[in-house]
Amino acid sequence: MKTLKLVSAIGLLAFGALMMTSVSAASIPEDKIDTLRQAPINIEPTPPAMQNVRNTDVKEVRNYPMQPPVIPHKIDGYQLDLKVNKCMACHARSRIGDSQAPMVSVTHYMDRDNNFLAELSPRRYFCTQCHVPQLDAKLLVENDFVDMEHLIKTNTEQKKH
Amino acid sequence: MLDKLKKIWQVLNRPSVHYSLGFLTLGGFVAGVIFWGGFNTALEATNKEAFCIGCHEMENNVYQELQTTIHFTNRSGVRATCPDCHVPHNWTDKIARKMQASKEVWGKVFGTINTREKFESKRRELAEHEWERLKANDSLECRNCHNFTYMDFTRQSPRASQMHSTSLASGEKTCIDCHKGIAHHLPDMEGVKGF
Ligand code: HEC
Ligand code: HEC
Ligand code: HEC
Ligand code: HEC
Ligand code: HEC
Ligand code: HEC
Repeated sequence: MKTLKLVSAIGLLAFGALMMTSVSAASIPEDKIDTLRQAPINIEPTPPAMQNVRNTDVKEVRNYPMQPPVIPHKIDGYQLDLKVNKCMACHARSRIGDSQAPMVSVTHYMDRDNNFLAELSPRRYFCTQCHVPQLDAKLLVENDFVDMEHLIKTNTEQKKH
Repeated sequence: MLDKLKKIWQVLNRPSVHYSLGFLTLGGFVAGVIFWGGFNTALEATNKEAFCIGCHEMENNVYQELQTTIHFTNRSGVRATCPDCHVPHNWTDKIARKMQASKEVWGKVFGTINTREKFESKRRELAEHEWERLKANDSLECRNCHNFTYMDFTRQSPRASQMHSTSLASGEKTCIDCHKGIAHHLPDMEGVKGF
């Protein structure tokens, strides 16, 4: 009983904190809000022209080992639904002989308990959840990502001194 | 009245007695041209996209899907219409196709695909007919517009030129082997070669 009271008290506190932040968010002056939307909310601006998808067929660097690699080719019109998985028509184990595409790695055949399945794992079915093609566009927000290797390097250099 | 009919019959029965052979040959030729031309015009009328999408089965399903693809709008402004891909331009093939098309009119009467659900459940079968046809004629309709001889591989993406300069060039595969679903949604592809 005591723990229940404690839990509900914490919950209430958390809820209150949430309310406070949303109230204070509303009082921030409009020009201080960092947003990509440059027009007032009630006006529908003409969108900029669509950018071309980079279709270089040259694999791009992965920024960290666990990163899903970005797609180096266009995927226009590739059907990806319950009936068809066009990606697997090239990337499945049995298809790479014909397509010369890299096989989806073995993680795509594993369930969440790390058992290997005979077929593509359902949680990896919808490829574009994790893999996306890249546009030939200029960055809208600056990216200050630092590669791990770079971090290690500066770290060892600092230790030397 | 009977007399008149008898006379006509006499002419029809032995025309060469009443008209010169030259006239008959010429007349036959002219009639043939007129008949053939009319037939051609009738065929032309049924060879337009407007005719195809006159049926809601065609308009609500495949036509809607076509509109989102590269064969409807593209940077070059060249459009592929239904007959470009589905009715051979060649004369003899054309007639053969029309004979098959009369089956479609039956389909309309009996409503084999008159709802989206029915269409979807029949799509695999219909698609297979088309794949078979395109496989058999070496993707003739595609090649009417996309001529392999004039493909500049250096202008294609590496992925495309890799495939086109190998399996396609050797004749081992044809367009439809690799480009299924280029114009419409695909059915369940379980068991289809290449999927
Ligand atoms: C026609 C065959 C084909 C289809 C279809 C296809 N791919 Fe690819 N994919 C390739 C090839 C070949 C490569 C190797 C690089 C290149 O040539 O573009 C590749 C590369 C990739 C890579 C990069 C792998 C790496 O190690 O960097 C990813 C990710 C990828 N594809 C995902 C997808 C997804 C997601 C889809 C479906 C939306 C898809 N592909 C559909 C042929 C295909
Ligand atoms: C849940 C996220 C997720 C989904 C969904 C997913 N992937 Fe991946 N994929 C990854 C990650 C993470 C990696 C890199 C690490 C690894 O290999 O597991 C990867 C790696 C790859 C690679 C490179 C393999 C290699 O060895 O170079 C390919 C190709 C690929 N995925 C294709 C696909 C395709 C095709 C699909 C859809 C059938 C798909 N992925 C679905 C996360 C995902
Ligand atoms: C009278 C309405 C109607 C018209 C007009 C029509 N279709 Fe169809 N079409 C149908 C029906 C119904 C079917 C399904 C027939 C069946 O159940 O086998 C069909 C099937 C098809 C198929 C599948 C072929 C197959 O062998 O199974 C193609 C391709 C097709 N139509 C293309 C066209 C084209 C191209 C045109 C214009 C030249 C056209 N249709 C005009 C009603 C029509
Ligand atoms: C009426 C002429 C015509 C016919 C018939 C035709 N196409 Fe096309 N196709 C085009 C045009 C035009 C384009 C767009 C060219 C561009 O602007 O890049 C195109 C583009 C394509 C593309 C490129 C898709 C992309 O995303 O870049 C493929 C693949 C293709 N067609 C395959 C086919 C196949 C397979 C067939 C036969 C089933 C076919 N075409 C029939 C005219 C045609
Ligand atoms: C062995 C498989 C294969 C065959 C056969 C094949 N293609 Fe392709 N084609 C591809 C691949 C893979 C691509 C690039 C990926 C994509 O567009 O989906 C491609 C791309 C294309 C493109 C776009 C070009 C570009 O630079 O992106 C056109 C147009 C095209 N094919 C037309 C055809 C035509 C027409 C035929 C028959 C004469 C044909 N293809 C036969 C595999 C094939
Ligand atoms: C660029 C070529 C192309 C054009 C244009 C095109 N089709 Fe198709 N159509 C195909 C191919 C290829 C198939 C075989 C199935 C597939 O691969 O999607 C097909 C299949 C079909 C089918 C069988 C059902 C299915 O979805 O597979 C019907 C019906 C059909 N087409 C009607 C039409 C009609 C009506 C139009 C005009 C609105 C049209 N098509 C325009 C290439 C084309």
